[in-house]
Amino acid sequence: MQIVIPIKQVPDTSKVKLDPESGTIIRNPADAVMNPLDLYALETALRFKETYGGKITIVSMGPSSALRMLKEALAMGCDEAFLLSDKAFAGADTWATSYTLSTAIRQSLSYDLILTGERATDGDTGQVGPGIAAWLDIPIATYVARIVSFDGKRLEVARLIEEGYQRVSIPLPCVLTVVKEIAIPRLPTLKGILRARASEIPIRTKESFSFRPEYLGLKGSPTRVVKIDTPQITRHGKTVWVKNPEDLSKAAVEFLNFLQQRNLY
Amino acid sequence: MKINVNQVWTVAEHWEGNLKPISFELLHWGRTLADKLQTSLASIVIGNAINNEELQKLIAYGADEVYSVQDPRLSFFVCETYARILTSLIQSFQPVVVLGGATTLGRTLLPYVAVKVHTGLTADCTGLDIEEGTGNLLQIRPAIGGNIMATIKTPFHRPQMATVRPHSIKPLCPDPFRTGWIHRIPIQDQMIDSRVDVLGLDPLDSGRSTLDSAEIVVSGGKGLRRGDAFSLIQSLAQDLGAAVGASREAVDRGWISYPHQVGLSGKAISPKVYIAVGISGAIQHLAGIKSSEAIVAINSDPSAPIFQVADFGIVGDLFQVIPEIRKHIHEQKKKKGMECHE
Repeated sequence: MQIVIPIKQVPDTSKVKLDPESGTIIRNPADAVMNPLDLYALETALRFKETYGGKITIVSMGPSSALRMLKEALAMGCDEAFLLSDKAFAGADTWATSYTLSTAIRQSLSYDLILTGERATDGDTGQVGPGIAAWLDIPIATYVARIVSFDGKRLEVARLIEEGYQRVSIPLPCVLTVVKEIAIPRLPTLKGILRARASEIPIRTKESFSFRPEYLGLKGSPTRVVKIDTPQITRHGKTVWVKNPEDLSKAAVEFLNFLQQRNLY
Repeated sequence: MKINVNQVWTVAEHWEGNLKPISFELLHWGRTLADKLQTSLASIVIGNAINNEELQKLIAYGADEVYSVQDPRLSFFVCETYARILTSLIQSFQPVVVLGGATTLGRTLLPYVAVKVHTGLTADCTGLDIEEGTGNLLQIRPAIGGNIMATIKTPFHRPQMATVRPHSIKPLCPDPFRTGWIHRIPIQDQMIDSRVDVLGLDPLDSGRSTLDSAEIVVSGGKGLRRGDAFSLIQSLAQDLGAAVGASREAVDRGWISYPHQVGLSGKAISPKVYIAVGISGAIQHLAGIKSSEAIVAINSDPSAPIFQVADFGIVGDLFQVIPEIRKHIHEQKKKKGMECHE
């Protein structure tokens, strides 16, 4: 079983800071982490490998600071990793990102299963997983919450959709995007950390594969960000304090009034 | 059939033969954009056993045309098949804008199709407009956990595609006298991709199944302290006809299942009122609730960040406050019940 996982480095959401002047995110490389939702894809892959054997390769596109996150993936038990890093890749939207990742995967790896997180917590699009499936022309199941069974050729998975858990049967090779419910991610082991530290993670550039240059980076991106606003979300609504038993009834009445004013009660 | 190019399109969604509310919300956005662009609005229906009366609703809610592709093999969404059909329709009819829901279907189908037709796609928009002069679609969306709003354009590729967050707009009032065309488009066998089979559906519990559509959501967090206390949340939700949500802490402690989780690693929701009980309001949680119309916080810690975003807050012990609210609801219901008997 050859498993490939594209992962992304994102700003640590709990530490995100905005430039008050420009409203753009101040990216402090020290506060960059692996997209937390990618951990569920890693865990799913590691469990697959434990049961069926095989190899897990991690791919990422980003600045060289992303090497640290790739080492973390190796420390968890993944086998190999490489980083796509080149000025030409910078500014890519989801169309160009899925082109770049899928081209690198197609030209350098064999794959039975491509696993991704549901979405990255910075861009929040969830579009790269389906995009990769489209580029590679392989089927996809999104929002996978459970792997029900595997017979060597086909997987039965449960997708968490609005109406419930939809069970689908999907053949290899395929793309699965997974949600948090699928597994609890493990921590790296000491042995894994030592192995990861000793390993060399190759950096691939635009010369490493035969890319169509007009599909790369900002130039290859059909979408353009034209404006960034920082919405003021502080609302400072009314607050009722319950300090003694008399306040309790008053709080309940005000609560129900609040709903009544909105015709919700 | 006369081919109208440069239309605005919406991708309708359905379940068991009925159109889902997002289909009508998309038509309100679509109508606004089509009017500004002085073009017509069409809704695309890919599915099975959706009757004429349902299709007519799309016209009543604002569509000028409906393209209906129906076949028993299209009963359930299979990305590869739906994508082949939508891609082929886009290539034949060349719409200028294609809108889908930011739902599990839209967020799977549209990125797949955007790659195939080589165009841009903006995810999870909460606002859409037309740029004066250029006629470009302005796609407005929250990013970085709702900390920024980005305006995005697709200047040189067509169609301009976007998924739109459910509840970002109310449907127009339906006009049963509006007229329009329903085109039935036959399916070709090679459109069916038989690699993926849909086997069945395991339903969610009723408190969760409405999380996306409920007007009120009651959510519980760490402040409940024990798993069995989560029944307080469920009872209050039941009294209010609300859906049940939860913070990551409550889910990770096993008090309630993951489908209820609201926030960055769960669902982003936009109810009319979001009631956070015993939830401190970590930035990751706020990311999932910022587009709620109103937020109510019930928490014993007045410095909890949830109060910063709350429209109404109660600082108090939830184990006293929730039962008190329920007592008031029950008393009022009893009163109302007596009025009805008189």
